[in-house]
Amino acid sequence: MSEIKEIFVNSDKLKTDDYQINMGPQHPSTHGVLRLLIKLEGEIVLDVEPHIGYVHSGIEKMCESLAYNQIGHLTDRMDYLSAMMNNEAVSLCVENALQIEVPDRVKYIRTIMDELMRISSHQLWWSAYGMDMGATTCFFYGLRDRQHILNIFEDTFGARLTLNYNTPGGLMFDIKPDFQKKVKDFVKYFRKKLPEYDQLLTGNIIFQERTKGIGYLSLEDTIYYGVTGPSGRAAGFSCDVRKHHPYSAYPFVKFNEILDTAGDSFARYYCRILEMHESLNIIEQLIDNIPEGDYAVKMKGVVKLPEGQYYQRVETSKGDFGVFIESDGKKTPYRVKFRSPGFSNMFALNKMCKGLKIADLVAIMGALDLVMPDIDR
Amino acid sequence: MGFNFYDFTTFTHNLHLWFMEHMSPGWATTVEWVIVGVIYLAFVALLGLFLIWAERRVCAVFQQRLGPNRVGLWGLIQTIADFLKLMVKEIITPRKVDKFLYNLAPYIVVICMFLTLGAIPFAPGLQGLDFDIGVFYLSSISSLSVIGILLAGWSSNNKYSLIGGIRSGAQIISYELSVAMSLITMVILAGTMQFSGIVEGQRDLWFIFKGHIPALIAFIVFLIAGTAETNRGPFDLPEAESELTAGFHTEYSGIKFALFYLSEFINMFIVSAVAATVFLGGWMPLHFGGLEAFNHVMDFIPPIIWFFLKTFGLVFVLMWFKWTFPRLRVDQILTLEWKYLLPINLFNILLMTIVVLTKFHF
Repeated sequence: MSEIKEIFVNSDKLKTDDYQINMGPQHPSTHGVLRLLIKLEGEIVLDVEPHIGYVHSGIEKMCESLAYNQIGHLTDRMDYLSAMMNNEAVSLCVENALQIEVPDRVKYIRTIMDELMRISSHQLWWSAYGMDMGATTCFFYGLRDRQHILNIFEDTFGARLTLNYNTPGGLMFDIKPDFQKKVKDFVKYFRKKLPEYDQLLTGNIIFQERTKGIGYLSLEDTIYYGVTGPSGRAAGFSCDVRKHHPYSAYPFVKFNEILDTAGDSFARYYCRILEMHESLNIIEQLIDNIPEGDYAVKMKGVVKLPEGQYYQRVETSKGDFGVFIESDGKKTPYRVKFRSPGFSNMFALNKMCKGLKIADLVAIMGALDLVMPDIDR
Repeated sequence: MGFNFYDFTTFTHNLHLWFMEHMSPGWATTVEWVIVGVIYLAFVALLGLFLIWAERRVCAVFQQRLGPNRVGLWGLIQTIADFLKLMVKEIITPRKVDKFLYNLAPYIVVICMFLTLGAIPFAPGLQGLDFDIGVFYLSSISSLSVIGILLAGWSSNNKYSLIGGIRSGAQIISYELSVAMSLITMVILAGTMQFSGIVEGQRDLWFIFKGHIPALIAFIVFLIAGTAETNRGPFDLPEAESELTAGFHTEYSGIKFALFYLSEFINMFIVSAVAATVFLGGWMPLHFGGLEAFNHVMDFIPPIIWFFLKTFGLVFVLMWFKWTFPRLRVDQILTLEWKYLLPINLFNILLMTIVVLTKFHF
């Protein structure tokens, strides 16, 4: 009691502190175990400090003791929503190092699978974003459609989440005879369902009020923070690896790089919606023209990369994903480094959130499409 | 006893006389109180279970899934099982909470809910409290529940809860204005604040038709503000799951959480019931002045069924809101109230006054 009295009598001793909140590691909208240390003044966010490391699994270090055809299996576990592209990045990197040219059939199938994966990732993101904004119904719409893609995956190679379909030198299995029909059915189905997404969420006035102008990041800041993928393209940063450094079958197809200039959460949202349309276009161009041929190149039992440093970029659903392998000529790499898009995207959070409300923080974080194991690998 | 499914007035009156005959007046009143209390308790429990079940089924339809359908017929027993689970769960009191306020908060919310429910006329003669200032009573009591929510947020010793509580305070106090004003608009048309009088006044035509444009505006405003009052989506900021985990009731468990949960659903029912009573005629069947044959056919459906049809229709609309719209932000919620609903309401009161004074209504 006397302490309290003293504080109030000697008002110059009255100490005020920031209202600090730990958002996470267990919190419904951090999509995993991200911990945000937020300083608040009422509802207004003064500072956001992301703390990571809660699901650190040491994948890069583990890779140093694994053979080259085993590394891919770990990359599934990083950004599990872009597992196909992560696998492909490692495969391409090893193939380039060994200067193997895979058959066109492999390239086509890889690209189709990439785009299916991209759509499924965006579907899940859309579902979860709706959930973040309080529109729970979105969640079930998105998962309903994602089911079709996962069924195609399961029919083709028996996995739904950790895919392991791409290996150095080609693919694990050939596609099934009814693969083309199933994919075409899906494209037809999803073209009809995509407008539903717009009707349910995009056109909603509450949703637009919540996202337009929220989380603005200028083009300079986007490049400065290295924000890539749809989040970067929403600010006008032309960073589509598929366009600038084409790999697999991307040189053979015509598609647009979705660019926006608004740089806010709504632009990020809408870029992803448009990307789903674009992915459907890419699949349609390729699906009828899959060439006959082998589904893999015959590789040696033990793959040894020549001494040197190799880097390969691919465009995952989150952004620019890079694999760096330093080889000293042995059967395991000397050092492996992954450049994951989520990591760079997340650290722009503080810049975007300052002075906004807590609810905006959730809206911004959702629009960045963070997957924690991708950041904390 | 004169039990009549169409009009309970004589039945309740005879019941009262019977009690007075057999006991001293003091005892008779006490027994009546107890009976009415028990009926309300049972009604609230059943209604809560039913509404939770209905919400889960309705939201399942919107979300293209099935909802509870295994326990009992159409999953009807599911909520009872869930409720039993909540009853036997351990009640956790976190360390360093303000114990008195923490334990008090859920009861304040529930008491307000009961007091509000008492003023609603279910059928002729079936009404707990029939004041001559019923509308005034209802709007004042319903705004008291904010105290319970504020206390829950304040006493929980949790930062999320505190934000949730403060949000809810700002929200409910603001939207209380709109609720009261849209009711006042209708009171101007009805000329009485007594709920039974308001319902009687709609014998020829429901007020939403009678008062045409201003009544329709008041109805829409009331639905929006009423949804906000009950803390339901898209106005569920106080418990915004993705921002504040569960807002003001984060720290409550077991039966205390169940009380908050129950009162949320019953409040939804109350808002719908008030809207049905004031705008859609309450238990009054659909009547059009002059069409005697039509009115007579409509009278065959008992008033209590009319009441529940209208109320559950509106409950469905509120559920529809919740499962369609994203959540608003806290400043947007206040902007909506103070910059849009309140001026519209003030203008609407003026409009209604002119309409009533010039008798420009049906």
